[in-house]
Amino acid sequence: MGEMEQLRKEAESLKDEITAARKAVNDASLQDTVSGTAVVGRVQLKTRKTLRGHLAKIYAMHWSTDSKLCVSASQDGKLIVWDSHTTNKVNAIPLKSSWVMTCAYAPSGNMVACGGLDNMCSIYNLKAKDGNVKVMRELAAHTGYLSCCRFLSDSEIITSSGDCTCVLWDIETGTQKTVFAGHLGDCMSLAVSPDFKTFISGACDSTAKLWDIREGQCRQTFGGHESDINAIAFFPNGNAVITGSDDATCKLYDLRADQELITYQDSSIMCGVTSIAPSLSGRLILAGYDDFNCNIWDSLKSERVGVLAGHDNRVSCIGVTADGMACCTGSWDSFLKIWN
Amino acid sequence: MAQGSRDQGSAGTADLEEDSPNMIVYRKIEDIIMRIQDENSGGVPIRTVKSFLSKVPSVVSGSEIVQWLMRNLSIEDTAEAIHLGSLIAAHGYIFPISDHVLTLRDDGTLYRFQAPYFWPSNCWEPENTDYAIYLCKRTMQNKARLELADYEAENLARLQRAFARKWEFIFMQAEAQAKIDRKKDKVERKILDSQERAFWDVHRPVPGCVNTTEMDIRKCRREKNPQRVKKSVYGVTDDSQTQSPIHAPSQPARKPTKEDVQREISFLNTQLDRHCMKMSKVADSLMSYTEQFMEYDPFVSSPEPSNPWVGDDTTFWDLEASKDPSQHRVKKWGFSLEEALKDPAGRDQFLKFLESEFSSENLRFWLAVQDLKRRPLQEVATRAQEIWQEFLAEGAPSSINLDSHSYERTSQNLKDPGRYSFEDAQEHIFKLMKSDSYSRFLRSNAYQDLLLARKKQPETEQGRRTSLEKFTRSVGKSLTSKRLTGLMQSS
Repeated sequence: MGEMEQLRKEAESLKDEITAARKAVNDASLQDTVSGTAVVGRVQLKTRKTLRGHLAKIYAMHWSTDSKLCVSASQDGKLIVWDSHTTNKVNAIPLKSSWVMTCAYAPSGNMVACGGLDNMCSIYNLKAKDGNVKVMRELAAHTGYLSCCRFLSDSEIITSSGDCTCVLWDIETGTQKTVFAGHLGDCMSLAVSPDFKTFISGACDSTAKLWDIREGQCRQTFGGHESDINAIAFFPNGNAVITGSDDATCKLYDLRADQELITYQDSSIMCGVTSIAPSLSGRLILAGYDDFNCNIWDSLKSERVGVLAGHDNRVSCIGVTADGMACCTGSWDSFLKIWN
Repeated sequence: MAQGSRDQGSAGTADLEEDSPNMIVYRKIEDIIMRIQDENSGGVPIRTVKSFLSKVPSVVSGSEIVQWLMRNLSIEDTAEAIHLGSLIAAHGYIFPISDHVLTLRDDGTLYRFQAPYFWPSNCWEPENTDYAIYLCKRTMQNKARLELADYEAENLARLQRAFARKWEFIFMQAEAQAKIDRKKDKVERKILDSQERAFWDVHRPVPGCVNTTEMDIRKCRREKNPQRVKKSVYGVTDDSQTQSPIHAPSQPARKPTKEDVQREISFLNTQLDRHCMKMSKVADSLMSYTEQFMEYDPFVSSPEPSNPWVGDDTTFWDLEASKDPSQHRVKKWGFSLEEALKDPAGRDQFLKFLESEFSSENLRFWLAVQDLKRRPLQEVATRAQEIWQEFLAEGAPSSINLDSHSYERTSQNLKDPGRYSFEDAQEHIFKLMKSDSYSRFLRSNAYQDLLLARKKQPETEQGRRTSLEKFTRSVGKSLTSKRLTGLMQSS
């Protein structure tokens, strides 16, 4: 047996051991534990505001931490910062490349970032002294499209790319601090943990990976999906992860049990999940789908408890405010809607 | 499940179709389409309907489809069945025979099933030459039902301009197709014509209708062989393929090397060493977390005073921003130290409490390190030294209590100061605050006063007690003791 063969066998047997270890702690399913709890009552959210202004498909949106301002990116080549409560446009930033796929708001509220087919992450300073919003930095090094970006602070940002890697950048110097490689397919989405020490990424290789920001290592890998993972988010307690995939299901993985806890699916849901966000308590999971709707799931009982219907095309992005008061959906129909 | 060894480069003859992100959706829909057409096992009755002067072959009504979906897919809500049916129609698997709008209506509207040749799972990306041939062919047939709609006429005019140089070729192809069509049986032709039209309704939708063939550009790029010759609906070979601007030649996936597998093995070993928590514990913890926070979740419980999105009253936000916290907010500080520190008012109160105990340096250190992690790189080294001087150096003014191990690690880190130099120390101090000061804080008068909204007016409290006594005495006179107890219990 060649050395390669031996190594492969060793890897396979380790995988079997891990599967066995996971089975061993699987002493009770989530369904059993929550069997005594009642399903959350029917959730009916109404559209409170519609944000009009984009002229083409909206690909991404992100709330500011103040729960009032948000930024959206559209293929019309604009990044718009909205005061969602008054529906006023605070900034309309023209982009060099109209093929934008993601946007992010810094926790401080001082900057926004975006990127897409230009393979770059562009950082814009919203609080420049002269009042004009300008590009502050262009972070270029990825060899694939920029699928997602999230600020850690005004000094650091994490990006995920179609080149199968995620990168931690220092914004001031514009350099790559850490490259997180390991995925076998395009990285589609990322989310930072509430304590900012780790982040998770979902990719087209149907797996989600948990990364240690400081160490630069992949700590855990979660599989089970049958197709690309398009959306990923942390459960509010920081100990679990929710994913949305092209296989029409969403899954909840627990980090401490190192495995899948529950799948959110229904025989009448046929199309892919594009976006996902938990409510403040985590009891509700809101997911945007290709069939123009958003479904609301009871995260513990795995039942659908509501639908947000109102868009005329695919829902491409969703976000819940930090104070949990409202959720925003963005769609290929060029509108953003605020619901609660 | 550990990293799969799915070899993306195993293809030479890889299933090209499996690469399409929609393939899973198509297979699911096709599963339903097969079942719904199967008259032998509970499918819908596909029949010929007599209309006006002619017979309409091979149709079924919209409501029959809706009923079938509800029965066979356990759908309780009609609206949901219509939504699903419309999704199936939007992809072109069923279509109304009398108009171009691909939605399902729960009434007598007649629908037909699409021919498998035209199914989206065959990965059609019909070129404009095919579309031109189709529209041209339609003009050659003298049938009222095949007359071009306005938008189709506009499209044809545009295509004639675009293909001016090869219009003769297109015209010839259209003639050939029309000839083939004429040879077919009348009824068969009716059906085929409608299926062909439905195909084009999907790939060249009516203006205002959603184009379901639009792909997310992130997925487009991954096509294995974007340069492949796209097959023509009418078997036409076209040399002048337009190069897509977003397709890049895909890298052939490299074979895993020894180092790759060795790295995988060490990763798997770390995974194995990890302590997995029992599912039951994890499930319990999830449940209790959600239960605890549900009263703060505006989607589940109505917020007080009122949700600022409903009714435009922003009082809630004003209160949140104020330093005068409500009982509801103060209660959250008791959930965990993390929650208390998240709230600026909670941070202030905890700091004040620690000052009263002369241990505020712990929290100040923790806050300083959090701030350090957010500083721009050029400030990090200086700031780190300042923190060391303030909290850890010998004779430091706000000396914190660290175990010798963390102290050693930290002083080592400071030789090359970075954002994470104080990570160990910070974790240690956090644990200390959590296990020691935090629980005392929750028991403290300061916290309890805020939690119970106690005002320091003992006189009025007594006054209230006496008036309560008077009330119960007077009520007691008119009620039996049993009823009184009941009243007391319910209040």
